[in-house]
Formats: sequence, C-alpha cells, structure tokens
Amino acid sequence: MSSKYKNFVKYQDLFIELIRKDIKIKYRNSVLGIFWSMLNPLLMMIVLTVIFSNVFQQHIEHFPVYVLTGRLIYQFFSESTNFAMDSINNNGQLIRKVYVPKYLFPISRICSSFITTFISLIPLALVMAVTGVGFHWTNILVIIPLVCLLIISIGVGLLLSTITVFFRDIKHLYSIVLTVVMYMTPIFYPISIIPEQYKIIFEFNPLFGIVDIFRSVVIQGEVPMIWTVAITSIYSLLIFGVGLLMFYKKQDKFIYYL
Amino acid sequence: MEKTEIVLEVNKVSMMYRLPSEKITSVKHFLIKKIKKEIKYEDFFALREVSFSVEKGEVFGIIGSNGAGKSTLLKVISGILKPTQGEVKRKGNIAPLIELGAGFNGDLSGKENIYLNGLILGYSRKFIDQHVDEIIQFSELEKFIHTPLKNYSSGMKARLGFAIATIVKPDILIVDEVLSVGDIKFREKSEAKIMSMIKDGTTVLFVSHSMSQIEKICDRVLWLDKGRVLEINETKKVVSKYKMK
Repeated sequence: MSSKYKNFVKYQDLFIELIRKDIKIKYRNSVLGIFWSMLNPLLMMIVLTVIFSNVFQQHIEHFPVYVLTGRLIYQFFSESTNFAMDSINNNGQLIRKVYVPKYLFPISRICSSFITTFISLIPLALVMAVTGVGFHWTNILVIIPLVCLLIISIGVGLLLSTITVFFRDIKHLYSIVLTVVMYMTPIFYPISIIPEQYKIIFEFNPLFGIVDIFRSVVIQGEVPMIWTVAITSIYSLLIFGVGLLMFYKKQDKFIYYL
Repeated sequence: MEKTEIVLEVNKVSMMYRLPSEKITSVKHFLIKKIKKEIKYEDFFALREVSFSVEKGEVFGIIGSNGAGKSTLLKVISGILKPTQGEVKRKGNIAPLIELGAGFNGDLSGKENIYLNGLILGYSRKFIDQHVDEIIQFSELEKFIHTPLKNYSSGMKARLGFAIATIVKPDILIVDEVLSVGDIKFREKSEAKIMSMIKDGTTVLFVSHSMSQIEKICDRVLWLDKGRVLEINETKKVVSKYKMK
C-alpha cells in the first residue's frame, strides 16, 4: 500500500498536468471560453422553465433553481464518465511505450470535469440571487453531495474505461444507459409524481439521492440528515470500490488490447 | 573479494500471450462467437522461465535474434508489461531508453514537450525546472526550442528524447539500440554520456545486434533464443559462440 502511495506522489505532477491540459483544451478554440460553461446551463434552464413550470407549478418552488441544480449534477456525471471512458484507449500509444500508472488517465479526466463544474456554480448563485431564493451559511455544505458525486463518477469512470478497452461498442450501450439515468433523475419533475411502487427503482439510481441532498442544501439551506448522508456516501464508496477493483484486476491486460 | 550488491533480479519470468484466432472488439461479436464456441486461443510464450541477476555497476548485455524476446524482457523489467509468471525485483530507479520521447505532442513546442515527456517519465515539475536548460543545451536545440515539435526532423526529436531521458542519474539504465540516434557527432556525444554514467556506477542493461558494441562495453552477456536463456557468461565466451551459430 505504501509503495502505491509513493508511486502516486512520484507521478502527482503528471496528474496535475493532465488536468490542466484537459481544461486548457476545453476552452481553447472557443471564443466564449469559460463564459460558455455558464451560458449553457442558463439557456437550458430558461428552456426547461418555460416549458415545464406551468405543468409543475403547484409542486415545485423556485423552479429555475430546481432545474439548474438537477441539471448540474446530471451534466457533470454524464460528461465526466463519457470522457473517462475513452481515456485509456486515447492514451494507448503511451501506455504501450512507458510505465505510467494507468488510473491517472480516467481519474484526471473526471477531476478536470469536476473543476469546470465548479464554474457552473456561478450562474447557479446568480439565478438564486435573481429569483430570491436567498443564501444561507449552510450553502457551503454543497461540498458533501458534490464529493459523493465525484466518488461515484470516478468509480463508474474506472469501470467504463476498463470495459471499453476490451469492447469498443460499449459506448453505444452507455449512451442508452445515460438517457435512462437522465429520466430517472428528477431534473425537471417533482419527486412526488413518481408512483410509490416504483420509487425503490428510482432510488437505485445513484444520482437520485445526490440531487435530493444537493437541492435541500442549496434551496432550503438545510443541513442534510446524518443518515441520508451516510447512506449516500456508503453507496458512493461501494460504486467506487467496484470500479477500482475491476480496473485493478484488468489493468495488466490492457496492453494486449490497445 | 569486493562486496557486491544485486540491483536487479529476474526470477523465473515467463510471459505468455494468449492470442485469439481473430480480434474481437465488440460485445455483440463476442457473444455470438461465445455461443457458437468459435473463440479459439493460441498460447504463445515470448519468455520462458528467464532468470538472472545483475550486480551494481555491471554492464549487462542481452543478445539474440529477432523475435527472441529481448524487447519483451526489457518491457517486463521496466514495468510496462507484467509477467505471467515469476517476478522482477528492482532496487533504485530505472531509466528506460527503450522508446524515446514517449507522449511527445506535435502541436506543443520543444520546451513544452520537455515538461510533458519529463512528467511522463516520473520527474517532478521542480526537477524539470532545474534541469530544463541543461536538457536544451545537451540536445543542441536552442534555436528551435520554441518551435512546434511537428516541424522537427526525426533526428532532432530523438536528440531531445535522449537528452530528457538521460538527465536523471538512474540506478539502472536500459538501453535498446538507441545509440544509433542522430548524426555521428551526436552519436558520439550520447555514447560518451552513457560511458560517463557507467563510470559513475550506473548499472546498464544493453540490448544490441551489434556485436562490436556489445564486446566494447559489456561485462556479461545473456543470450536469449525463442524466449529461453541459452547462456549467461562473460562477454567473450558468449559472443564467440553466438557468432559461430
């Protein structure tokens, strides 16, 4: 274990460089640059609000913020896992030539997405101010659901990048899975419309609990209940563990398939 | 007798490649073939029970014809491949001069590539900061260091790669025929650099097809044939037998 830690310390500068490169590439060649990261969720919010706020008006308070928070969580998850998925294949040339800890590639992609997600917290705060949601000091606790989300995404990302090495067509399958996850996450509909008998299936979706905690912290400024946080973190760690285990077991075989 | 220390120990290393009869890269294809039981594998041993140890400061040569498993062995030693069986014990850091310039990016300048390649080799940013001038100087690319790498000639790239890889003082240096890098002048320079490393007590693993090079610098030689060790002995004995073949 300590040798693994030492190995990570040795390559930590490479890890940081990979994240920096990702972010640089993302905003290069785009006139709007970082502004784009803020505009995109705002436009989506406006569209969804116009369409759905009439339908769900009685059920949801602060609809724009509701939509924005749900979308932020889902967007990060789908973007980061999609990036991580290809990361081993994209760096195949390198992995075949020199020894580099392979987990650096998927995890760095997810971390760079995580950082750009923080940028979209700015328009969120803006909308909160404009629509009169108001701020509480407890808003700072958003870090709890976000870290859980990061852990889940790393787990899923490691798992996907492992499978993709062996089966290239998993990408198409995953895009379907992502669509299902999107509709199973209450982004623009209230949780109350889910029929009681199916609710258990929805709760199986890891994003479900996270969106819920995230919203209660952002909109109501509530301190999340200890046991809700506990369950969500255990679930997150479980997913992380599965991904890590798969990656770890298969990583020595990558080189034959790249 | 002088006290010696073993820095590299290769213990019964076997490397098996399982080659499927055809390449399958999709789930659909895999399932269909699996149901029809059409997936056939062929086992191929690139290395079979290779064992040897290298002492500190030794220059150890590896020879053998094409396909004997030399490159696989070097990859196993440097950690790129994990052996199917057996283990490799290493002491100290390894600088593999197997693939120079791994991860070079054509769109970045020479200087940016020094950082990128250095980080990939596991150097810290601070270390590269301290040595970047030395690397540029050794590679003799001062004029072009801000030019994108895609405009470099292959010799220039190789020079840059060599300069980056040899900037560390490694405990074990793995050389895979890279002495044939660049023009005569640079070749002499790189040879001199490796020689000075040997003098400083670096252990060297040297792979070459040139018997004259092997005879010139190696203390002991391992002869690989079809993945097996044929002989490990003093350079002269092995090389004369190898030439007889």
